[in-house]
Amino acid sequence: MAQATLTRTVAVRRGRGRRGESLTKVLFVLPAALAMGALFGYPVVKNLVMSLQDYGLRTFFTGEAPFIGLKNYSAMVSDQLFSQAMVNTALFTIGSIAFQFGIGLALALFFRRRFPLGGLLRSLLLLPWLLPLIVSSATWRSILEQDNGILNRTLTGLNLIDQPVPWLNSPSVALIAVIGVNIWIGIPFNVTLLYSGLAEIPEELYEAGQLDGATGWRAFTHITWPNLRAVAGVLLMLGVVYTIKVLDIILGLTGGGPANATQTLATQSYERSFVDFKFGEGAALSNLLIALSFVFAIFYLRSTRRAVDE
Amino acid sequence: MITSKRSTTVLAGAVALSLALAACGGGNDNGSSGNSGAAVTSLTVLDYYNNDPDKALVQKGLDACGTKLGVSIQRETVPGDTLIQKVLQQASSKTLPDVLMLDNPDVQQIAATGALAPLNDLGLNADGVIQGMVDATSYDGKLYGLAPVTNTIALFYNKDMLAEAGVQPPKTWDELKAAAKKLTKPGRYGIAFNANATYEGSWQFLPAMWTNGGDETDLKTPQVAEALQLWVDLVQSGSASKSVINWTQGDAKDQFVAGKAAMMVNGPWQIPALQESPKVKWDVVTFPLNKPDQTPVAPLGGEAWTVPLNKDQAKQQKAADFVKCLNSDENELAWAKARFTLPTKAALLDQYAKEVPSMKAFAEQVKTARSRTGKLGDKWPDAAKVIYQAIQLALTGKASAQDAFKQASGG
Repeated sequence: MAQATLTRTVAVRRGRGRRGESLTKVLFVLPAALAMGALFGYPVVKNLVMSLQDYGLRTFFTGEAPFIGLKNYSAMVSDQLFSQAMVNTALFTIGSIAFQFGIGLALALFFRRRFPLGGLLRSLLLLPWLLPLIVSSATWRSILEQDNGILNRTLTGLNLIDQPVPWLNSPSVALIAVIGVNIWIGIPFNVTLLYSGLAEIPEELYEAGQLDGATGWRAFTHITWPNLRAVAGVLLMLGVVYTIKVLDIILGLTGGGPANATQTLATQSYERSFVDFKFGEGAALSNLLIALSFVFAIFYLRSTRRAVDE
Repeated sequence: MITSKRSTTVLAGAVALSLALAACGGGNDNGSSGNSGAAVTSLTVLDYYNNDPDKALVQKGLDACGTKLGVSIQRETVPGDTLIQKVLQQASSKTLPDVLMLDNPDVQQIAATGALAPLNDLGLNADGVIQGMVDATSYDGKLYGLAPVTNTIALFYNKDMLAEAGVQPPKTWDELKAAAKKLTKPGRYGIAFNANATYEGSWQFLPAMWTNGGDETDLKTPQVAEALQLWVDLVQSGSASKSVINWTQGDAKDQFVAGKAAMMVNGPWQIPALQESPKVKWDVVTFPLNKPDQTPVAPLGGEAWTVPLNKDQAKQQKAADFVKCLNSDENELAWAKARFTLPTKAALLDQYAKEVPSMKAFAEQVKTARSRTGKLGDKWPDAAKVIYQAIQLALTGKASAQDAFKQASGG
């Protein structure tokens, strides 16, 4: 009898203790959950709701934003610039990431060898990343200027070109120029992460590999790359998410021009919202951007999960 | 005056959206609109003259009217391209100022939302004001704003360069093209203008388009195409830089000051900057005509002062009186002289041109000028967008001047 009471009280106490413990857990999670809800959840939900509303200039004064179903989305898709903006966004994202990653990897491998002033050079390489984007785009705008820009002057001075290249003035060249500037801005980020990834690879692996005849290119494919894959995966995923929504560089360089040659989904979304004051259509476009980033995030999460399972 | 600083707009835009969204949550009614019967002792003012010397000069005018009406002025200034976003935030949080300055083509759009008080009901009128400005500041037959001063664009030229080349200031488009060609030499273009993909690019195109009889209600007419052909000819002949499609009016001024352009299409607000480089001797003529029998029609710039709706009747009346004071003859002339702008009352223009000779061409241009929103009202931005996109298509060779407007309007 006494025994039974004892076990029961213990059980109760334990239960109470467990309940207290779980309450503590909830309390620990709560601030983060609230912050997530307020800072991430609310804007996303608000954006979704907005994309279903006729949310214009008037809304700010009257507070009225009638629901109009999917009209904003059909307006978005039927816009004459939509397909061009999609293609430009794809070209911009793929072009930027391919070269940022490629050049970043080459530079990271280069700086892995120790040489005098290597550390200094590596920190100088961070410069494009440290400059405010508005400053870099304004600077590049003057560098790429057709008549007096330093780039054309240099190229003509070296007799590499006869005619100045219309970097930002020709619809067929402007996108390439804008991608080029974005690559320049993205390289430091890629070098930094890849360099730290390379530093994690134990030196012994290379020594062991050397005994088996794995040097140079073979060392890269059999030792460096497999060990770098996790870092590369994160880097590419972040790269897509960062690049797909790039706005300031394009606005600073070309404003989406000339003749809409550098319009992307992001610049179109900005224009709908803050030039045309059609916030509903702007929200629809930005939801499309969020969805695209989301697809890449899922793709990345699945691939890492598979790696863990293996 | 139009300014375009895109890059700053980006950040401001992003901030504005988040703020505006946050403001949507709590729609409590506070700020200036308390319903107190007490005497009005202060007025809040919002404008975009945030740089000196304009900032200080406007402050002087505001203070003078404040003293006259026995109120203190609490003024806030924001950068030009963020004003509308600021107004939207304040509208959604019900904290609009008592007196609000708006760029004249925005007045109808804001009035259409029902945010502004009709000034006729508060004892104000636009008697004697040039018709173009009355059109810009009226909506649905009611007056919503008054602009003490205005501006427009005309053709600046470098006296020394024209004299050296033996060229007279052009009066017709043919003369303009010939002069620009003759003035072009290595390292220098005949003319600089702005044809960028913003409302600023459309604004610079209007003197050519309107003077030639083109009209924003139908952009597919031969008159409009002819005007566009002028821009195309100037660029394709090499008399103007291909970079005009990215230039702002400020860039055009920089080219002119640096001696890299012999002429430019620009407005009087650039005069203080031109005076800083006394080596450049310049003068201004009205924008050339296509055919000699045409009258020049340029667009009207300048800002109007409005009174947002206020539950506090006494305060609203005081704000209207304040706007009236700002638009007195005396203040119009003082501001026009100090800031290289033009009075909006037709009767003051001749006297003003005599006193400020450098503004003579602009004073002439203003008399026949019209406003951007005069015909289309709050639909003007749609037309302006078609205009700048058509210019971009034609100048980059993606469409002929004839087809550009059709292509830009998506038809």
